[in-house]
Amino acid sequence: MIDRGLLTVRGAGRSTIDGVLRLGYATRFLWLTLTHSLTCLQRPRLVVREIYFSGVLSLVIVLVSGLFVGMVLALQGYQTLRTYGSESALGVLVALSLLRELGPVISALLFASRAGSAVTAEIGLMKATEQLRAMEMMAVDPVARVIAPRFWAGVLSLPVLSAMFTAIGIYGGYLIGVVLLGVDEGSFWSQMQNSVDFREDVVNGMIKSLVFGVAVAWIAVFEGYDAPPTAEGVSGATTRTVVTSALAILFLDYILTSLMFRGA
Amino acid sequence: MSPVPPVPSLPPAPAARAAAHAEPLVAFRGVSFGYGRRMILEGLDLEVPRGQVVSIMGGSGCGKTTLLRLIGGAVKASSGSVRVAGQAVETLRRDDLYRLRRRMGMLFQFGALFTDLSVFDNVAFPMRERTDLPEPVIRDLVLLKLHAVGLRGAARLMPNELSGGMARRVALARAIALDPELIMYDEPFTGLDPISLAVISNLIRTLNVALGATSIVVTHDVRESMRILDYCYLMAEGRIVARGTPDEILASDQPYARQFFHGGIDGAVPFHYPGADYRTELGLAGHDR
Repeated sequence: MIDRGLLTVRGAGRSTIDGVLRLGYATRFLWLTLTHSLTCLQRPRLVVREIYFSGVLSLVIVLVSGLFVGMVLALQGYQTLRTYGSESALGVLVALSLLRELGPVISALLFASRAGSAVTAEIGLMKATEQLRAMEMMAVDPVARVIAPRFWAGVLSLPVLSAMFTAIGIYGGYLIGVVLLGVDEGSFWSQMQNSVDFREDVVNGMIKSLVFGVAVAWIAVFEGYDAPPTAEGVSGATTRTVVTSALAILFLDYILTSLMFRGA
Repeated sequence: MSPVPPVPSLPPAPAARAAAHAEPLVAFRGVSFGYGRRMILEGLDLEVPRGQVVSIMGGSGCGKTTLLRLIGGAVKASSGSVRVAGQAVETLRRDDLYRLRRRMGMLFQFGALFTDLSVFDNVAFPMRERTDLPEPVIRDLVLLKLHAVGLRGAARLMPNELSGGMARRVALARAIALDPELIMYDEPFTGLDPISLAVISNLIRTLNVALGATSIVVTHDVRESMRILDYCYLMAEGRIVARGTPDEILASDQPYARQFFHGGIDGAVPFHYPGADYRTELGLAGHDR
């Protein structure tokens, strides 16, 4: 019994130490990526190419999801607001929910699943098939040539995708609220315009998605670079990217929300 | 077996460079290397003279590939010194190491082609990354290199459209893209059909002469490599156990060399993995008739 307890404590201790070591390693890797980012400035084409693969190819899933999330928000919000006779505030509800929370969070979760996992798998396979080692032997730094462009593409893509998600979500809310359920169009837009603050809501939402972009891109490139060079290793790393990104996004969202909207 | 093409002799080196040329291009002096307590190489001494094709042979896991990684500076020796072109690799800073690597080319076991780039772009990659050559010049150089390996017509194909042998040849064209002084081959014959095998081995020899380069071929393929090499080192358990020209090493009396080169099933490397006594394990001990 005592032995079993000791083993559990030892196991927990080892997992904690491993976790801290891994976080330290990942932080050093982020530093390495940032210090090797000069190539991205000198050759912006490398980043643009990755923005296409990470950002542009994620557009469909982000836009379709944004439309449906906005439509569901309007449906659910309408039912509740009608109870209090304030259906005209539907536009405010949809806009604030999307700008402050759902836009940045859901687009980041989608981005992690669609683009983050793809980046991890690509880098992991490049490592497994010795492409990264070949690059090093050609005196080309793989961190500068492969990792940094993918990292910056993720950081730059997500805020734009999030903005598009929010915009199309509001349009989805308009379609359901105004066109389908008959909320007055004038009050839908004017109340939204009066209640949404650019600095408080729009900028804070963008800051959130920028932070999520850094987190997802960092996790994706690190997991790919650190993946054991086997089929099993790459598949494990891809899974870890999605799971860790999701947890990181939700944790960071709580922290950022508590810092940003305390008095609101 | 197709005959090895006649080997043209290298032009004589200018007098001023004679001394430098007398020095071997690669020299290992008492090199040991290991991961933690597990030693991969122990007290290794070897030399690779300029202009030669030198083979490092040995069974799987004996440390052959590690040797190439030490030359390229991907790992550092735990003790001893690895000198390449007169420079001690383990003491070089990153910039100097990259400068040295620009004088090397390496063919990886399965080619390691960049899967998102076409054959043409793969070969152009080192030129675009490391030189300021204008695109029309790069185009001509890439076509020349691809022509040298017989794949000029495959320039527009993607790596997933190539056979194993073709991929290896494209990787070879990429390895020689910038006319390296030293070309390293990591198991170049693995998994190739007899035709591709003959093509690759002939290319190793002819390119070495045509480029005036030095080649190190890490392999365990005796038949194919003996046709093309000038000198051979045989490794076992992280040490050099035999060395010599093809004739010398094939005639070696060293037990491991004899087993390795003549394909013995049992010998210095036993057929049975060490374990408990067979009769004891089957419960037959003491039941002798």
